Amino acid sequence: MSQLVFLVPLFPLLGFLINGLLRNQLSKPATSVIGCGTILASFIVSLVLFMDVKAGKTGVVELFDFISFDKIHIPFAFQTDQLSSLFLLIITGVGFLIHLYSTAYMHEEEAKHFARYFSYLNLFVFSMLLLVLGANYVIMFIGWEGVGFCSYLLIGFWFKNNDYNNAAKKAFVMNRIGDLGFLLAVFYLLAKVGSVTYSEVFAAAPQLTTSSLTIITLLLFVGATGKSAQIPLYTWLPDAMAGPTPVSALIHAATMVTAGIYMVARSNILYTMAPVSQSVVAIVGLATAVLAATIALKQNDIKKVLAYSTVSQLGYMFLGLGVGAYTGAVFHVMTHAFFKALLFLGAGSVIHAMHHEQDIRNMGGLKKHLPVTHLTFLLGCIAIAGIPPFSGFFSKDEILAAAYESNKIYWVIGVLTAGMTAFYMFRLYATTFLGKFRGTHDQEHHLHESPAAMTIPLIVLAILAVVGGFIGIPEVFMKDGHWLEHFLSPIFAASYKLKEIHPANHSTEYALMGASVSLAVIAIAYAVNRFSRKPDLEEAAGVGKLVANKWYVDEIYEAIVVKPLNVLGRFLDNVIEKSGIDWIVNGVGRGVQYGSRQLRLLQSGQVGSYVLLMIVGMIILFVLQFFLKK
Amino acid sequence: MPVNYYIFVSIALFCIGVAGVLTRRNAIIVFMCIELMLNAVNLLLVAFSKMHHVVNFERDASAGIDGQLFVFFIMVVAAAEVSVGLAIIVMMYRNTHSVDINFLNRLKH
Repeated sequence: MSQLVFLVPLFPLLGFLINGLLRNQLSKPATSVIGCGTILASFIVSLVLFMDVKAGKTGVVELFDFISFDKIHIPFAFQTDQLSSLFLLIITGVGFLIHLYSTAYMHEEEAKHFARYFSYLNLFVFSMLLLVLGANYVIMFIGWEGVGFCSYLLIGFWFKNNDYNNAAKKAFVMNRIGDLGFLLAVFYLLAKVGSVTYSEVFAAAPQLTTSSLTIITLLLFVGATGKSAQIPLYTWLPDAMAGPTPVSALIHAATMVTAGIYMVARSNILYTMAPVSQSVVAIVGLATAVLAATIALKQNDIKKVLAYSTVSQLGYMFLGLGVGAYTGAVFHVMTHAFFKALLFLGAGSVIHAMHHEQDIRNMGGLKKHLPVTHLTFLLGCIAIAGIPPFSGFFSKDEILAAAYESNKIYWVIGVLTAGMTAFYMFRLYATTFLGKFRGTHDQEHHLHESPAAMTIPLIVLAILAVVGGFIGIPEVFMKDGHWLEHFLSPIFAASYKLKEIHPANHSTEYALMGASVSLAVIAIAYAVNRFSRKPDLEEAAGVGKLVANKWYVDEIYEAIVVKPLNVLGRFLDNVIEKSGIDWIVNGVGRGVQYGSRQLRLLQSGQVGSYVLLMIVGMIILFVLQFFLKK
Repeated sequence: MPVNYYIFVSIALFCIGVAGVLTRRNAIIVFMCIELMLNAVNLLLVAFSKMHHVVNFERDASAGIDGQLFVFFIMVVAAAEVSVGLAIIVMMYRNTHSVDINFLNRLKH
């Protein structure tokens, strides 16, 4: 069966080609069927593969030689193992639900653009599957670039709006900066190991020096900061909310942004052997988690809050990777995919009902108008806030417990961030769904629950967000309850052998859980109590203003990176180009013109002068001949 | 007679020819000077040919004969050239009523 692994990315590719090439012919229902059907087919194949892997059948399938010269041999190969099959299920499963949701969310688009949308979405899923399935870093890089490109296309999907185009360009450029790091890491690997295939690289890792391992892992992490929106390259993700909401759910919450986590988890052995890189990963992750959480406290755009929340949760995952809790990070990727996709789709449902209103200050009291959306959104909020027994609790707890083992300060900051997360999520919830409606009368009149194609994915995701955590019940609650850890153990075995994680004793673990849960509960109670009665409608002042303006990070980047680059660009354009290169080129032209004007005088038409020159030439040749002979 | 004498005469003839071509403006005289240069070369060819023949007679009975053959060729070509050249001069005179070569500078256009 594992021979059929190529089918998984093939279906979305076919869907992309059909929808993309026939976009002017296909009707909307046909597009929907092709778009969703291909992903569903991939999901079914992935499910079968997952069952195979669960039964212990992992392997690498080499399709053909991709690059082969000298001693370097890079096959186009797919790897099915515990990690990739788990990601396959997340991508195709959540992807299918979001495709289904999109059929209703995007139905106002013209058929042509509707098909374009689905072709992009299918291309994205194809690239993401390539990223996850590749058996070496080069195939991963193809997918890595592919998802970045699709992200660009989808953020700028409504390309008539210039702001959206700028957001798309920003995302693309920031990703490129990160991709350069990834590419350098691949080259460095080729130089040091001579191979980019995972199994060979990991086998050769013990022979590498710590410094080269540190360089490789840090360069790879630069790639991850770009793709997974970490400090300093995170600012593109909030702007990426310009894209359609299902895109935000699929690409900028559930799948693409977790590519960095997948990559680090895949290379876990390299990171474990480079403690410096691990600390960098943990600190950057933690800093991102805190920074994004503080910004999210004051945002008033429903999607912006979720975007910063995503950045913050991604920071959590990197914290987990940095402290060696690889299983916890992957677990959090999975639960986060469920509840964040749910929250984004719920936000999409609200935006749909509110006729593209995104400012939560103009919402309120949507509870009675959108019952299904309300309930599922609430479940998502509880899950992300980390209230047991919802899924977010288990994954977050695992990361926090590992952070506590590694460094107490990590844990303190992590728990504070978790408190902030609970606070801003319930600020969002209370402002949107509770209280009185604050929009226009016209909007209130048109409020309606979304169609079944939108509510069904919400319900499915809500169920997953509620029960998804039960595959990783910690040891303290149930012996051998952590099914996921057991499942993923072959991937992380080498790392855990090098650096054992000592589980805290049970009383400590209960205390840690109690602390984080009680903080979350207090934050929730306070937020609901405060914002359901009196939402903060006025503009923030003081520190609040600083936070509402995202710590002015965009402005700082503008001032220290973009402006100097523009000045440099203008300098090169005006000075180096115009009076340097152009001057040389024009100078050659002018010189030839001048020279030929002078030479033209020789052709006087006077026979006498011709003859004179001829004779002078002859005499010169004669003399040369005569004297040079010696 | 030493071959040097022939060479000196030949150089003298050639220089007279060159000087005439460079200094005179009358086309017919220029033409004659060209003939003078040709004949200087002819003289030189014959002289060297004879010298060659005398020196290498023992080894090769026909040594130096080709130099004299060249001279015949040059004379034939010169005759043909003269007929064409004089015809051009005649045509030129008909057009410009002059044989001054300084009028013949229209080639530059």
